[in-house]
Amino acid sequence: MADIFDDYVLAQAWDEMFEMPGVPRPAYEVLFAALQPLESDDLNFRAEQLSRMFTDRGVTFAMGGEERPFPLDLVPRVIMASEWDAVTRGVSQRVRTLEAFLADVYGPGRVFADGVVPRSLVTSSIHLHRAVHGFNPPNGVRVHVAGIDLVRDEAGAFRVLEDNVRVPSGVSYVIENRRAMTQSIPAVFGEHRVHPVHEYPARLLTALRAAAPAGVSEPTVAVLTPGIYNAAYFEHALLARLMGVELLEGRDLVCRNNKLRMRTTDGERPVHVLYRRVDDDFLDPLHFRSDSQMGCPGLINAARAGNVTIANAVGNGVADDKLLYTYVPDLVRYYLNEAPVLDNVETYRLEDPEILHDVLGRLHELVIKPVDGSGGKGIVIGPQASEETLAELHNVVAANPRGWIAQRPVALSTAPTLIGDRLVPRHIDLRPFAVNDGEEVWVLPGGLTRVALPEGALVVNSSQGGGSKDTWVLADETQRVPAQRAVDLAALPSRVSDVPFTGARDAGPTVQMAQQQ
Amino acid sequence: MLSRIAESLFWIGRYVERADDTARLLDAFLRRVLEDPWTDEDAECRSLLAILGVPTPRDVVQNTGEIMRKVAFDDKTASAIAGAVTAARENARGAREAISSEMWECLNVTWRTMPERRRAAARLGPNTYLDYVRERTAMFSGLAESTLSHDDGWQFLVLGRSLERADMTARLLSVQLLTADQPVTWVTVLSACGGYEAFLHTHGGMVDRSRAVQFLALDRSFPRSVLHSLTTAEQCLASLNPQLARNQVADPARRVVGQARTALEYVDVTELVRDLSVHLVPVQEACASASQAVSRRYFTYATPLAWAQELV
Repeated sequence: MADIFDDYVLAQAWDEMFEMPGVPRPAYEVLFAALQPLESDDLNFRAEQLSRMFTDRGVTFAMGGEERPFPLDLVPRVIMASEWDAVTRGVSQRVRTLEAFLADVYGPGRVFADGVVPRSLVTSSIHLHRAVHGFNPPNGVRVHVAGIDLVRDEAGAFRVLEDNVRVPSGVSYVIENRRAMTQSIPAVFGEHRVHPVHEYPARLLTALRAAAPAGVSEPTVAVLTPGIYNAAYFEHALLARLMGVELLEGRDLVCRNNKLRMRTTDGERPVHVLYRRVDDDFLDPLHFRSDSQMGCPGLINAARAGNVTIANAVGNGVADDKLLYTYVPDLVRYYLNEAPVLDNVETYRLEDPEILHDVLGRLHELVIKPVDGSGGKGIVIGPQASEETLAELHNVVAANPRGWIAQRPVALSTAPTLIGDRLVPRHIDLRPFAVNDGEEVWVLPGGLTRVALPEGALVVNSSQGGGSKDTWVLADETQRVPAQRAVDLAALPSRVSDVPFTGARDAGPTVQMAQQQ
Repeated sequence: MLSRIAESLFWIGRYVERADDTARLLDAFLRRVLEDPWTDEDAECRSLLAILGVPTPRDVVQNTGEIMRKVAFDDKTASAIAGAVTAARENARGAREAISSEMWECLNVTWRTMPERRRAAARLGPNTYLDYVRERTAMFSGLAESTLSHDDGWQFLVLGRSLERADMTARLLSVQLLTADQPVTWVTVLSACGGYEAFLHTHGGMVDRSRAVQFLALDRSFPRSVLHSLTTAEQCLASLNPQLARNQVADPARRVVGQARTALEYVDVTELVRDLSVHLVPVQEACASASQAVSRRYFTYATPLAWAQELV
C-alpha cells in the first residue's frame, strides 16, 4: 500500500517529526498514527477545503496589489509542554530585557555609561526618535506586543533569529489557522490536548487598557490601520473585531489641544489608547514624514502630553535593530542578572575591520542581513546565492558595514509538508507572540510556524513564497486543572432526574389529511 | 459609530439593493422578450436602459446580449450588477470589523463567484446569473437582519437600501413605456419589482395600468412600493436623530424624504396614473438630495492635508 510518508527523505537538518526514518518523536506519535492511514486523495481534498475556507473568509495578505490566501499546510507542528515552557521563559526574558533597554535608551542611558552597548550603535540607528526621549509611557510599557522569531538548529535547540518589537504581525493567522484546522481535521485534533489560542484578543485588550493615560478609568481603545490595501489589513480588522474596538484609518482621526479624537456620526469622540499598525515614520506628519496621510498630525504631542498612549511605543526600532540583536544576551545579564534561556544564532558585527575583512572573504558561506530589514527583504543566503549577487553584496557591505550583519547559516528544522500529493520535508521557523500588560509578559501558547515552501529554501516570509502551519502546544498532562478532567460518564450513577426538564418545543397544529385533499 | 463606517454601511445597503433590483428587472424583461413573439427587442432594450439611466446611441441596435454585458457583467461601473457587487464588497472590506463575519463572507464569496456564474450564463442563459444574484442578495439581507445589532449602523444600512429601492421603483414607473396600454407590460413591471404575486393577492388577477401603478407607487404594505420605501427611509433618519425641534424638521435629509412621502400620500390617484413622470421624477430627485444631505451631515471626515505655503 502506498503510504503518504513513503517518499519522506530526511534532510540535513533537525526534523520536527522524525527521530530517524519512520520513527516519530514522542510529541508526534499520535499525529503520525492518525495521518499514516490517510490516502493522498483524502489529504488533497482536505487541503483544498482549507484553501477555499481561507479565500471565502478573506484570510488573505496583499501581494503586488492582489489578495492571496495565506497557504496553510495541513500537517500541524506539535510542541511538547516541557519544550514550550523553555520557549515561554526565553521569550518573556527577552521582552523584559528589551523593555529595560528601551527605558534606558530613552531615559538615563546607563547601558552606555557602563560600556555594555556603544552609544554610537543607538545614535546611528534610523529608528531612534528624539521626539520621545525622556517620555515615560503610563504603565512603563513600550513593548505591548512582541514577536520573537525562533529557529531550531541542527541539534534541535531553539535559537532567537530576530526580535520584533515595533509592529509584529501574523497573530491573526494563528487564530484563523486554528479555526480552520479544527474544522478540516477535527478527528486528529480531537486526539490531542492542545492549548487554545483564542485568549489572545482578550489579553491584548487588557494590556492596552492597562496602558491607558493616568486618570482615565474607562479608556477607549482603537486599532489604527494604514487601510484596506495594506498587506496585513486582514489582521487589523480581525483584531479590532475580536477586541470589539474601532478600526481607524488616519482620516478618521483629528488632534486638537493635544487630545486625540475620532470622527463619528455623533461628532468627535476621544481615543485614549491607539494600537497602531502603522510604522513610526508615518504616524505624525508634524514629526516624521510630512507626506504621510496614514497618521494624524499632532499625535506625538498628544502622546507626550499624556493624553493618548501609542502602542507599541514610538522609537522601539532601536531595540529590534539586528546589530543590537548581537548584544541582547549581554543585555539579559546586565538588566536582569539572569543567564539567557534562548541563545542567539552566531552573528558577526562588521564594524570591526578585521571581522569585516574575514566576512567579506567568505560571503558564500554566510547569511548576510540588512540591520533594519523586515519581511525577509535584502537577505542573502551565501551558499545559495549567485556569483553576481555575492559580488554586488561585497561592494554594498564594504561601503556600509553598520547596515549589515553576517550569520552562520542555520539549517532550519524541517517538518512534513504537503506538496502536490505527498509529504516532504520543508524548513520552518516559529514566531511566538508576547503581550506585556505591565504586570507580566504573557506568551501565546502557539505562535506562527512559517514554512518555506520551495525545496531547500530557508526564507519563510509570506512575501517570499512562505506558508504556515498551525502550531499545537500540547497541554501538560500533569498540570491539568481538576475542573477540566475528563469524566467517565459510564462510571457515574445515573443522575438524569437532576437535570431540570425544560419542556417540549412548541409545534403548530397537526396537518389534517382531510384538509390536504 | 465612525463616520467612515457609517458611510460604508449606507453604500453597502445601496449597492446590494441595486444588484438585487437590477437582477429582478433584467429577469422580468428578458423573460418578456423571450416569451412574447411580438416584442420589438430593440425597443424593449431601450426602455430597460432608459430605466437604468444608461445612455443609448440612437443608431446602435440593442439586443439582450449587449444588455447583459452593459447592465449585468460590467464590473467597472457601479450601475451594473457586477460593479455594484464589487463596490459593496469593497466597502464591506473596509468595514470588516463593524459588520458580522457572516455578512462579509457572504459578500466576499458572491464577489468571487461572479465570474464563474458569468461563464455558466454563457452556456445556460442569463437566468443562472440573475438567480444567483437574487439569492445572494437575499442571503445578505437575511444575515444583516439577524446578525447585526439594530443600532445606528443598521439604520444606515436600511436607509441606503430604502433610498435605492424608492429610486429604482420610481424610475421603473416614470419611464414612458411604448406598450403601456397592454396588461402584459404591467405584469412585467410588477415582476420586475418582485411584486406580481403580491399584487395578485391584493387586487386579484385583473392587471391594468391604474391598479399596477397604485400598487407599486402607493401601497402601504408592499415593501418595494415607493411609498413604503420612503416611509422606511424616513423612520431610519428619525431614529438616527430622534430630537424634533418645536417647529420645523431640522434634518435636511429627513425634510426632503418627508416631503416626497407626503406628496405621494396625498396625491390624486387619477392624476398620478395619467402622468407618472410628473409625480415620480421628483421622488428620484428627493432620493438624490437626501443621499447628499446624509453625506454632508454624517459622513464628514478629513480631506487630505496639504501644507500651507511657507512665507519666506
